[in-house]
Amino acid sequence: MKTLKKTYSLKGMHCASCVRVIERALKKVDGVLDANVNYASEKAIVTIEERVKDDDILNSVSSVGYQALLANNTSDEEENKEKQKDLVSLRNKVAVSLFFGAIITWGSFPGLSNYAPDLFKNFFFQLLLATPVQFWAGLAFYKATIPALKNRTANMDTLVAIGTSVAYFYSVFVTFFPAILQKFQIEAMPYFDVASVVIGLILLGRFLEAKAKGQTSQAIKKLIGLQAKTARVVRDGKEIDVPIQDVVVGDLIRVRPGEKIPVDGIVTEGDSSIDESMVTGESIPVEKTIKDIVIGATLNKSGTFLYKATKVGSETMLSQIIKLVQEAQGSKAPIQRLADVISSYFVPVVIILSILTFVVWYVFGPTPALVFAILNSIAVLIIACPCAMGLATPTAIMVGTGIGAENGILIKDAQSLEIAHKVNTIIFDKTGTLTHGTPKVTDIVKVQSSKFKIQSDSEILRLAASLEKGSEHSLAEAIVKDAENKKITLDKIDKFKAVPGHGVEGFLKMDKVILGNRKMMEREKVNFKDSEEQIEKLETEGKTVMMIAVKNELIGLIAVADTIKDSAKEAIQILNKMRIQTIMITGDNMRTADAIARSLGISKILADVLPQDKENEVRKIQSQGKVVAMVGDGINDAPALAAADVGIAMGSGTDVAIEAADITLINHDLKSVVKAIILSKKTMRTIKLNLFWAFGYNIILIPVAMGALYPFSGILLNPIFASFAMATSSVSVVTNSLLLKRAKINV
Amino acid sequence: MDKVFVFIGGILGIIFTAWFFFGKKDEAVQARSESPEKAEVDILVKGGYQPSTVQIKKNKITTFNFTRQDENSCLEDVILSEFKIKRFLPLGKTVSFEIKPEKTGTFDFSCGMGMFHGKLIVKD
Repeated sequence: MKTLKKTYSLKGMHCASCVRVIERALKKVDGVLDANVNYASEKAIVTIEERVKDDDILNSVSSVGYQALLANNTSDEEENKEKQKDLVSLRNKVAVSLFFGAIITWGSFPGLSNYAPDLFKNFFFQLLLATPVQFWAGLAFYKATIPALKNRTANMDTLVAIGTSVAYFYSVFVTFFPAILQKFQIEAMPYFDVASVVIGLILLGRFLEAKAKGQTSQAIKKLIGLQAKTARVVRDGKEIDVPIQDVVVGDLIRVRPGEKIPVDGIVTEGDSSIDESMVTGESIPVEKTIKDIVIGATLNKSGTFLYKATKVGSETMLSQIIKLVQEAQGSKAPIQRLADVISSYFVPVVIILSILTFVVWYVFGPTPALVFAILNSIAVLIIACPCAMGLATPTAIMVGTGIGAENGILIKDAQSLEIAHKVNTIIFDKTGTLTHGTPKVTDIVKVQSSKFKIQSDSEILRLAASLEKGSEHSLAEAIVKDAENKKITLDKIDKFKAVPGHGVEGFLKMDKVILGNRKMMEREKVNFKDSEEQIEKLETEGKTVMMIAVKNELIGLIAVADTIKDSAKEAIQILNKMRIQTIMITGDNMRTADAIARSLGISKILADVLPQDKENEVRKIQSQGKVVAMVGDGINDAPALAAADVGIAMGSGTDVAIEAADITLINHDLKSVVKAIILSKKTMRTIKLNLFWAFGYNIILIPVAMGALYPFSGILLNPIFASFAMATSSVSVVTNSLLLKRAKINV
Repeated sequence: MDKVFVFIGGILGIIFTAWFFFGKKDEAVQARSESPEKAEVDILVKGGYQPSTVQIKKNKITTFNFTRQDENSCLEDVILSEFKIKRFLPLGKTVSFEIKPEKTGTFDFSCGMGMFHGKLIVKD
């Protein structure tokens, strides 16, 4: 029996005795093994049998007068709903404050006010409009400022609250006591327009920013949306639709054309072609037949098949991908550190600069000094935009990791994404990475014989495969598989015998047939000298050659080799063009390795390297000052992947070793390595541009708002323009990150 | 005369601001020990993180309960980058998650935009 631990939030607890009441109620529920209620955190941690439903728990708590909610994993729906609600309320506030702000501006802005109705010019009317903007639309700024100040911290809202409050209360004073100002020869002019329009524009900026920010996390929502809702499970000979949560390992599931595959599993009956692009990024549908692995959330195109569920729930490939992407989005890129340090000091420093501006303008500025001092110090508070700095890196990382996931490139964390753009050397493991990892028949050569007339290659293959059927050698497997693929019917062989290190022999009807290497032929006194040149040629191509003879007469050669992946050559070519050095590492001898490396265009080979020494080789190259990426299958070469600056695991099916690598490629396409590097470069370019913009904006415009240009050109920044600049600044950073979505990483 | 007052007032204002924001000392709050293997910390999100410095033990599974009572959207996400955790904090609700720190040191946690910070001190 499987037990689970679940956490629920509790509502309505008002005293410590409630703890016992709820605990008792929970323990009464059938299947609840233990219940622990915490009064301080208002939570219940319940140990339950797997069969217990959330509703049972929620009902038992409500039966004693309290309310329980699932504490963990706020549903996306809930998150969406809350965000949507916030957006609507924000939109209304923007509309009202900008409308009222526009009326006040019409009535008060120099020049513009000449054409305004008298009512709009009335200070009391302006006060009437500005007050709801300040305390209803702008309430959020105060609500954020007061607790922050209590905590002795400050943020963006603090700046807006202080800035607009100064403008508002100064204007209220002017409205009620104009005479006092006039006594000091200051024109009695309120600045309600500044307070209202600034609030309106900053809220507008926030509204646009929130909308754009929502789009940065679209990739993860898309991934979650891929999940099938139900599965057609065969139980007791009947096919029934069950919710996906009820599918268990071992269930037989039927999938029809056009349907989504609900969970991961292995095909047991039928075949089909499956579109796996949503998970692996590979656009061409993959043919699947019995014993092949199918991935949950992929789309069945043509056939109907039956498969056995092997991974369900949080174990499925899709769940792992979602978890990984979520984790990556929660990680921090090293480049963000500086922005973090600056933003934690930023707001207090801006407040200090604002006070300084006030003092300098009041003491040294032209008349009316008070008005200049107030307006410029407000402009400093309003123009400062710490949000842009804070958003610069995380938004780009979110978009970048999202694009990666869509292309079958899973990035473990922001740091990996950042380092990948500096990679200048890539080491590829040979077997299983550059090659398919399973030997295949590459050449069949007929040999002219005086005794036999061999009609075709398939005749040689038929003889060889018939003989090898009884062998367990991996080369034998390649020959038999090739014959099966070509639908060749095999003959029955008598007296089969394997000669270790040499080859195999047997009798077909009355004729003795032998298959093996040079040693085998020499042993059986078969003359192969005439074919020696051909054999050597195949061997220099990195192939293993076997000879086949009937009645001691050589009739053919079969070459077997681990074949190179189609995408390997192209990927290496692109990397060479990008001036990234490519190295192949392998346990093979130099001759075989050299043949493969040469055909791929790889310049450096590390041959005869034992699996346990791969890690050392990576470190040796790093010690030469290179930034190294290691590409392997993630299973046999995990230490080497960990040692590299960026470990890239190439996987297939559902057994990808996601944990072992910094970047996991869930397809066979080696071009994904190139894509990952390009994605990293593009993401870093976006981050750098964002940071440059965010820092540059503040470094240039804060002094301008302080009046740095005034002595030379008389330019001052009206707080209204300051708020406009501030609103566009954070929106432009998020928009720039979203532009990354259009980046082409396909090669 | 008024200029002298403003000048002196301004200087005092600057000194006060610097002291107010930068002069505060955080006292680390220890995680509540629920059992030899488990501990728990409640953090209120209101104008920042209360407490903002939390001390926890290495290799001990610690449950964090974040409750946001601040409407500021800046605080709607909490990020513990060292532990690769990013959580949305719905207003007025408690969001819990567990971490098991495997190394000692001081780690930062912050809001989504990096405006508000807290410290996580992991000790042996």
